[in-house]
Amino acid sequence: MYLLSFLIIFPLCVSLLLLLLKGQKLRNGLVKISALAISAAAISLLISTFHRSIQYFHAESHLIDKIMFFTEMALAVYILYLGIKFKRSWVVFLILLQTALMVYFENSYGGKIFVENNLFIDKFSILMSLVVGIIGSLICVYAIGYMRDFHKDYHKEIKDRTNFFFFIVFVFLSAMFGVIFSNNLLWLYFFWEITTLCSFLLIGYKKTEESRKNAFMALELNLLGGLAFLAAIVFFYRMTGSIELSKVMLLGKAWALVPAMLICFAGLTKSAQMPFSSWLLGAMVAPTPVSALLHSSTMVKAGVYIILRFAAVLQGTMAGFALALIGGVTFLTASFAAVSQSDAKKVLAYSTIANLGLIVLCAGIGTYEAMWAAILLIIFHAVAKCLLFLCVGTVEHKIHSRNIEHMSGLIISLPKISIMMQIGMAGMFLAPFGMLISKWAVLKALVDYNPLLAIFVVFGSSVTLFFWVKWMGKLIIVTEHKDEIEERISKSQWFPLTALSVLTIVICGFFPLVSSTLIEPYCLEIYARTISMSHGNIVIMSIMLAMVMLFPLSFINYGKRVKVVDAYLGGANIHNNIQFRGSANAVKSMAMHNYYLEGYFNEVKLLKFGIVISSVLVFAMLGLSLL
Amino acid sequence: MNLILNILLYLILAPLCGGILSGLDRKITARMQSRIGPPVFQPFFDVLKLLQKENLVVRRSQNFYIGFFLVLVVFTGALFFTGKDILLVIFALTLAAIFFVLAGFKASSPYSFIGAQRELLQMMAYEPIIILSAVGMYMVTHSFTVADIISFDRPLVYYLPGILFGLLYILAMKFRKSPFDLSTSHHVHQELVKGITTEFSGKALAMIEVAHWFENMLVLGFIYIFFASFPVFGVVLSLAAYFLVILIDNTFARVKWQLALLSCWMVALIFGFGNILILFILPKST
Repeated sequence: MYLLSFLIIFPLCVSLLLLLLKGQKLRNGLVKISALAISAAAISLLISTFHRSIQYFHAESHLIDKIMFFTEMALAVYILYLGIKFKRSWVVFLILLQTALMVYFENSYGGKIFVENNLFIDKFSILMSLVVGIIGSLICVYAIGYMRDFHKDYHKEIKDRTNFFFFIVFVFLSAMFGVIFSNNLLWLYFFWEITTLCSFLLIGYKKTEESRKNAFMALELNLLGGLAFLAAIVFFYRMTGSIELSKVMLLGKAWALVPAMLICFAGLTKSAQMPFSSWLLGAMVAPTPVSALLHSSTMVKAGVYIILRFAAVLQGTMAGFALALIGGVTFLTASFAAVSQSDAKKVLAYSTIANLGLIVLCAGIGTYEAMWAAILLIIFHAVAKCLLFLCVGTVEHKIHSRNIEHMSGLIISLPKISIMMQIGMAGMFLAPFGMLISKWAVLKALVDYNPLLAIFVVFGSSVTLFFWVKWMGKLIIVTEHKDEIEERISKSQWFPLTALSVLTIVICGFFPLVSSTLIEPYCLEIYARTISMSHGNIVIMSIMLAMVMLFPLSFINYGKRVKVVDAYLGGANIHNNIQFRGSANAVKSMAMHNYYLEGYFNEVKLLKFGIVISSVLVFAMLGLSLL
Repeated sequence: MNLILNILLYLILAPLCGGILSGLDRKITARMQSRIGPPVFQPFFDVLKLLQKENLVVRRSQNFYIGFFLVLVVFTGALFFTGKDILLVIFALTLAAIFFVLAGFKASSPYSFIGAQRELLQMMAYEPIIILSAVGMYMVTHSFTVADIISFDRPLVYYLPGILFGLLYILAMKFRKSPFDLSTSHHVHQELVKGITTEFSGKALAMIEVAHWFENMLVLGFIYIFFASFPVFGVVLSLAAYFLVILIDNTFARVKWQLALLSCWMVALIFGFGNILILFILPKST
């Protein structure tokens, strides 16, 4: 209980303190210490509660309810003001509608609502709190160095609002913990809306025309989701007289389906599933730590978290099947779209959307196997994706580009970073690393439920392989001499990068332990049965992991017993590996560009296709739940 | 003990058979072209010769990737022939193939680069049908384990003819033969020189060759699974499939990547997925 409230309240206090502090040193120190405290609290939460079953806490709520209500109203006014100021009619419309619904609900039922338990904790929330706590803290530490470089060297034109930046980030973390631990749906909704607002402010950090536009796009889509969320709460209350997550889950399919689908709709907007995916792509304009935060540990994970909470209700329903199809279509189209992208951040963004699609696909199926696979996906994806974003952020500062074509030879110019990037990529798609373990689990879950759904994974994952490997290959190509430019990267960037690289590998070795102490008991609690990887397969995976880990050892032989020659260029080479004398004595240069196959994997067409299909499916999902 | 014996047997037999098959391939190909052709054991002589050659490299670390390619291919084969989880076999094979592709990238020459890109494209093209075949086998036998799958009492081809066809279609890709020899060609006079293997010589080239023997045996093993309840029949038919690939190799020219990718996916979708669809709809007869 104390740890739990600490995790929610502490980041909030820190954020307020950050707003007051002026000195840079003081601020950085505070950020570091609080990051440490938050991850320590998350870990001790794990240690103290992993062996217990679900715990509920009452948490005296009258005053808190009031504070939340007034904060919500104040925020609504603020959003309304922004909407009017920047002439965003959708924002105005949505926030008015939402506030009206809120006021109506509060007026007609406010006094009567009785909530037994406001907070709770179970195995799933422990896992989520580890993801948010540890990865979120690492991002905070990274942001210290990054934001300094960002303002001092790279974006002098942008006003330094680093204090404000950290303020929002810590509020964000606090709200994420709130989302994870709330049993009272109104509280959950409150924190949910805070994450929406935080992401809006962070995306708009640069205050340029583009960032403002994208920030509002994110706000609009997430407000739409928020509206659905609130509607679901009203629904729940009118049907059952309760707004507790634990109680509405007991309703069973017949009753809970409509509001559950509304909440899933909110989850879809937050986790940037098609047709709502555009906001996450737009969020790239923000400084890189923000992208890392949105993509890995917070925001989008809140979306899939809430969907997974309702997965058991969806099992075997037509509406759930429609949700699964939305996830499948998203996975497929986003993976395909990533093939034709050369912007590193965009590739990462599409890959996030795709992997979340896979999680939603699992949630829609809702079986115990799918649940197991989905939770694994959340963990592995968070770590590897965060590492990749942070690496790209540093690379962008160093080579002034985030185009993958410009990353050729990175193994020479930024050796450590490029190795970390390769670890991250391996974590995203390669056996025996995390995401592949999850893919194995997803395939098994799908085939047991409905083998036809496997088609999404079958095609999607083969495309995934293509775009990751060609990027990986680009990093290790060396055609000419390059200087190493790594030394000026600050310690506050090195630490999280190293930690995440180690984590990507370690988590893969320890995954059987994570599975048996947290994920399997959780599945048991909900479904009374569970699944795990067989012992034999774990051994095989471990052997593979050990083999891949041995690869760096081969560099002991570096340069021994080999004769270095120039590459064959189809003519007579001139002094180096990149120019040659071709026919008619003409000097020619060689160039190497990756395949982007735009004729076949055209982003615009794919998105159009995905949006049309998924929109139909969203309507189908909501419609089917009414039947 | 049995396991170790099996693995030892595999480690000796797989390269031996793979090498001999490769020799037979050259013999048959020569006869198809009205040549006499080299002796059947020529591939072994080639490899032995290659091992004595000087190691020429463009980048000093390029051969490390090849070493791991070989080790992982051998490992994958061991998983398969000792009857482990077929999904893990597929994933391990992919991992091995990725090391091969990365070696092509690492060599940093334009021809090996194009070869690597194309090899990657081919992986993208053949991966769906391979995973679909695992899905199909699971639907029939309710197990992903190779040992369980081959002990199923009826031949799988009875249930999975479409998937078998799909596998046969991509066979040329796995054997790196025409019309799908996009990434590396056996004949050194074409637009891509030697593709992905352009910059590899001596020991590295020998390792690639041996890895291919292992790989070929693994692929033939995949075909064998479909007839596993009649072992002799299965071996004969896998060899027949190999002959078919040689025949096609000698009768078709290389296709462009567009056609390779599209046709493989179409076959996977129509025959592979179609097969699974029918299997799903039809009432279970067993």
